[in-house]
Amino acid sequence: MKGLRWRIFLILGILFFTLIYLIPSLVPGLPIWWGDIFSTKKIQLGLDLKGGIHLILEVQAKEAVKATVDRLAEDVEDELKKAKIPFLTVERKGIKDINIQLVRESDIERLQNIVKKGYPEFDWKGVESRGRLKIVRLSLMDKRVEQIEHLAVTQALETIRNRIDEFGVTEPDIRGCGGNRILVQLPGVKDPQRAINIIGKTARLEFKLVDNVHSLEEALKGNIPPDDQILYEVSIDKRTGQQVEIPYLLEKRTLLTGDYISDARVLIDPETNEPYVGISFNKQGAKIFAKITGENVGRRLAIILDNKIHSAPVIREKIPRGEARITGAFTLEEAKDLAVVLRAGALPAPIRILEERTIGPSLGQDSIKKGFRASLIGGALVLIFMIIYYALSGAIANVALFLNLLLIMAGLAAFQATLTLPGIAGIALTIGMAVDANVLIFERIREELRLGKTPRAALDAGYGKAFWTIFDANMTTLITALILFQYGTGPIRGFAITLSLGLIANMFTAIFMTKVIFDILVYRLRLKRLSI
Amino acid sequence: MGIEFIKPGINIDFLGRKKWGFFISFMLILFGLTSLIIKGGPRYGIDFTGGTIVQVRFKGPVSADTIRTALKKINLGGSAVQPFGPGGIEYLIRAKQTSGELKRLAEKIREVLEERLGKGSVEIRRVEMVGPKVGKDLRKKALLALFYAILAIGIYISGRFEMKWAVSAAVGISLLTIVYLLSLFDVSLSLLVIGAFVATLVLYIILDLRFALGAIIALIHDVFITVGIFSLTNKEIDLPIIAALLTIMGYSLNDTIVVFDRIRENLRRSYKEKFSNIINRSINEVLSRTVLTSFTTLLVLIALFIWGGEVIHNFVFALLIGVIVGTYSSIFIASPTLVALEERRYVFKRAKNG
Repeated sequence: MKGLRWRIFLILGILFFTLIYLIPSLVPGLPIWWGDIFSTKKIQLGLDLKGGIHLILEVQAKEAVKATVDRLAEDVEDELKKAKIPFLTVERKGIKDINIQLVRESDIERLQNIVKKGYPEFDWKGVESRGRLKIVRLSLMDKRVEQIEHLAVTQALETIRNRIDEFGVTEPDIRGCGGNRILVQLPGVKDPQRAINIIGKTARLEFKLVDNVHSLEEALKGNIPPDDQILYEVSIDKRTGQQVEIPYLLEKRTLLTGDYISDARVLIDPETNEPYVGISFNKQGAKIFAKITGENVGRRLAIILDNKIHSAPVIREKIPRGEARITGAFTLEEAKDLAVVLRAGALPAPIRILEERTIGPSLGQDSIKKGFRASLIGGALVLIFMIIYYALSGAIANVALFLNLLLIMAGLAAFQATLTLPGIAGIALTIGMAVDANVLIFERIREELRLGKTPRAALDAGYGKAFWTIFDANMTTLITALILFQYGTGPIRGFAITLSLGLIANMFTAIFMTKVIFDILVYRLRLKRLSI
Repeated sequence: MGIEFIKPGINIDFLGRKKWGFFISFMLILFGLTSLIIKGGPRYGIDFTGGTIVQVRFKGPVSADTIRTALKKINLGGSAVQPFGPGGIEYLIRAKQTSGELKRLAEKIREVLEERLGKGSVEIRRVEMVGPKVGKDLRKKALLALFYAILAIGIYISGRFEMKWAVSAAVGISLLTIVYLLSLFDVSLSLLVIGAFVATLVLYIILDLRFALGAIIALIHDVFITVGIFSLTNKEIDLPIIAALLTIMGYSLNDTIVVFDRIRENLRRSYKEKFSNIINRSINEVLSRTVLTSFTTLLVLIALFIWGGEVIHNFVFALLIGVIVGTYSSIFIASPTLVALEERRYVFKRAKNG
């Protein structure tokens, strides 16, 4: 028989590499030299088997645009004041527009100059007259809007990565998945809600002064002064357990933000025995903080987190060292998580959860156990059947089937594909379908034998004629599997992968390898009758 | 020699009984279709409609009513509580609502349940929340995937069996372009895909791509019956079921190809024999293999169905139906279609010559 030796070598070679790729997944403590020579990649289990969270988040990037426009509006206001141009208001309209209400028509040109020089990212949309007021409308250029949105997503991605790092999850997968969407996969997380809080908290920390001139009562009735806003302090009344909301009238201007934080940690107040988060500002932040506290001794400074006031202590003296504390009714865990989030930085825009799939670790364990048991039973039934039906040839097909399984596993490890529960079903299905190739061949050989051919001739004819049938049948299934891979997510991808690997491996094991075994039997061992 | 289930030389007149086949298929499709129409379409799972599923497990048996009363507090409109597995300790809570908020529905459910049953008595084993926007995306993707699969298969079969790569590829590409262009104008995608299917079939008939047509009719037949049975048994269609449908296509085709291959081989050898005879003989020749392969595949699937656990139950159920129907359709649907087209061509030719 032609090239039998080479074919045997090829099979042994592939078997060798298969085992090399499988060993890291099977043997726990490999010696170090192994990693220097061979691959140490293990088979990855999907979240549905390992337990964990899968999230698709959407960054509300429009909010980042709004925040930027708000800040620019404040800057424009400052410039107008500096240039002594009288105006009524400067405020954001919609997402990206600013309306400036000028009092004198003659100032329009001066404003135009200011915008042209200092704010080239704005389009001048025109002037509208309302009585004696002149309303100038500016609009942020679309290109800049896109840029801000894109930046918001990249920053959010970075921040979430930092937070997960601080939180401590092994092998997280965090990446953008088109548009404003971010995919987060955290295997083995025990408390999903806590993890989601840490990922999703915007954590925008702001310091604003409490207005000590205007009356809060008036403002609550609806007459809020133009430069002020109302925010609430939410706390739990210790006696009744009820949630109370205390309103504050604040000056709108943000004096300092969490961007200047260099460190945040949990501390316990020795007097009340309650945990709080101590924050330290970096050099620049400390300078600003010292200036604010120095200029406003006796006034109240509100510490605001995500638009909720945490506390509004009275400034007793200038604080030069740049340290502050965030108090509030925290549990120790909440305080710890807040410290994590503050250290990692704020999200540039709030996020929403578009999709969540969480599998508890116990369910994952269950799935592995059940999936493997069912596959083992199914596989064993097929193996037994093949031996009963085809005798020795059935045993040969079983050897091929076994190698097929090894190849799928090695393939999973080598390509770092994930094994999921549907993936296990895919392997089981492959077992059922892989014997198909051998059934096709064996039935053909039986036909040829019935026609009175010798075992050698029957073998060659059987393999020869069955090959293209098997090829076509596998190809079409492969086409559907590839489409499945393209379109599927997580678990289903796992199914498509094991199915595809199984089909490809099948071409090698069920056709090539079994033929070599038969050739050895017929040509080397000179078998006169085929047990088929 | 091993055993033989199907004796060699067997000759069942399958084509003579094709009326039976058509009748059974017709009834199955009719039942499925009626059920689909009455219920207003397939019952889509949350993957496609959007919604939340929370799987909870308790320390001991809890009644569904207890859970319902506890849930009243958070006002889940249109929610359902159903036992999951035996023993009354595990339940699925389904809600139409979704929440993009950080505090998830699952957490709220846990809070109200713990309030009633005691802290630490509730384990959340699984949460699936799909927002409406994502659901819509996924539905679109699923339909397109089914469509692409059928197109790709049609091209492959026409190419391999009739050497008409160019024609079938042209058909495929033009259909793809049309679907793509129309999908840009907010046309309902399901209508679009159905239209594209019909167009595909008509084109295959006109271009006389018999093998591809037979295979694809069998495929659509299998998928349709599976969806119909899902509707009859009131099971949900979610992402894994779409995966199962695609796999069924692959499997059904596998069977069809084996039969077609034999038909092609016999056609080459005996061109004097009557076409329908050749086909019937071919089916009989590969019958043994058809039965065996379906048998081994079913062995595995039944094992998965019984022991594989609740999570993949429906997935395996779909595959089970598909394998049975797929085997049947390659004999009773795909092959008779070939004959029907051949006879049509024969009549056509005669009319032309005479």
